[in-house]
Amino acid sequence: MRTTLRVNNTTHELSADSRLTLLDALRDVLGLTGTKKGCDQGACGACTVVIDGQRVLSCLTLAAACDGQQIVTIEGLATGDELHPMQAAFLHCDGFQCGYCTPGQILSAVCAVQEVHAGVPSHVTRDVRQTVNAATLTDEEIRERMSGNLCRCAAYPNIVASVRQVLSSEVRS
Amino acid sequence: MNALTFQRVPAAADAASAVAARPRAMFLAGGTTLVDLMKIDVLTPDTVVSVRRLGMSGIDVSDDGIAIGATVTNSHLAWHPVVRDRYPVLSEAILSGATTQIRNMATVAGNILQRTRCPYFRDVHASCNRRQPGSGCDALDGFNRGHAVLGVSEHCIATHPSDMCVAMAVLDADVHTLRPDGTTRSIPFREFHLAPGDTPHVEVALAHGELITHIVIPHLPAARRSHYLKVRDRASYEFALASAAVVLDLDGDTVRVARLGLGGIATKPWRAIEAEQILTGRKATDEAFRDAADIALAGAVAREHNRFKIELAKRTVARAFATARDANI
Repeated sequence: MRTTLRVNNTTHELSADSRLTLLDALRDVLGLTGTKKGCDQGACGACTVVIDGQRVLSCLTLAAACDGQQIVTIEGLATGDELHPMQAAFLHCDGFQCGYCTPGQILSAVCAVQEVHAGVPSHVTRDVRQTVNAATLTDEEIRERMSGNLCRCAAYPNIVASVRQVLSSEVRS
Repeated sequence: MNALTFQRVPAAADAASAVAARPRAMFLAGGTTLVDLMKIDVLTPDTVVSVRRLGMSGIDVSDDGIAIGATVTNSHLAWHPVVRDRYPVLSEAILSGATTQIRNMATVAGNILQRTRCPYFRDVHASCNRRQPGSGCDALDGFNRGHAVLGVSEHCIATHPSDMCVAMAVLDADVHTLRPDGTTRSIPFREFHLAPGDTPHVEVALAHGELITHIVIPHLPAARRSHYLKVRDRASYEFALASAAVVLDLDGDTVRVARLGLGGIATKPWRAIEAEQILTGRKATDEAFRDAADIALAGAVAREHNRFKIELAKRTVARAFATARDANI
């Protein structure tokens, strides 16, 4: 199957088996090994990437289904040597231990913050009619919004702190 | 995963005829069920026809209700301001399922067509009448803590896993389809999913190659007072042990109309009509809700490990109704 993959603003022409997942295409064909293979069955979130602005699981996505879409992986987040604020927050707050889930955590967190700024509710939002407010967002909200990313080192408190730091700094500015 | 052809087509009608032309072809939308099950060889299509970019991803709001394109994502629907305002039960149900990543991928039609999470269905070495007709059911005397107590048969007790579908059932949605011969039809939600009976492998009222194009939810002012309550083993990212979708139309403290759907305990998205009827005209008391719950679960049949679900479901129903009653709307 011929597919055009646009990853981190670079276009790649692929001719691959139709069974190829986006995860395997990124890691094994394009050499972008920042995206991690955890469970490979949609349960852990380690393979999270951003497609057309939405966080998704690359292990359950066929590469052929991504033809022409804009894909962002962890390698595309920083601007040159300048870390994305969420990457800096994970470093500052010690939001990881072994680091295997971290690329997925960071991409998921970047999108979670955007969703909060868009005001959309989560399962723990008291009333789905409400527009959520970044300044008053509870830890319970952050945890629910990040529940698709498992961390076997259980760095969860510091991951919540990292997301909180980015939310707070954006509210201040 | 067996070898397969990934097929892109220009329009919905081409998708329907492409699947109809091959007995082992399937539609592929978000992939959260199909790709998962292909990886473990539970589903083995020789062709997948991509339907995600065929112009079926819009939500149209009118005075008569809302029309939801088949490939609208779960996130798009749950976050839609009109859905949150008019049908909170639907937003709540969707947001209680899976994770944001999965809801961003999964489509509405795909959610309706998702397959059971029964571990014996997902294990090709186990006996499962749903996966392999006539092979038996390892769940009947196996580890059946998560299995259904309503709509079961001696051939299958697999739970329907969807939260969204329970809300769709109480909202009386209609499923609109396009058939390979170009004709269309609409199927009432309650007739769409089939209880296992003697043919557990026949799960839905679709013919091969029949494509869901959109879902219509009728205008229902009473749904502004509605609620979805989900009870599960962990706080997030888990399937329901029991869930209830309720709509409550009150005249003072008297029930004008009540609607009740149940999830996590039934073989299909469950609507408890008799329980709804005994609430009509009664005071909206905890006792009345408990009576309705007893009626909803009257036909429950438990196996060795899932007996607790009957009482759990009753309490879930009673609390869901009480929460809807007490909501400040």
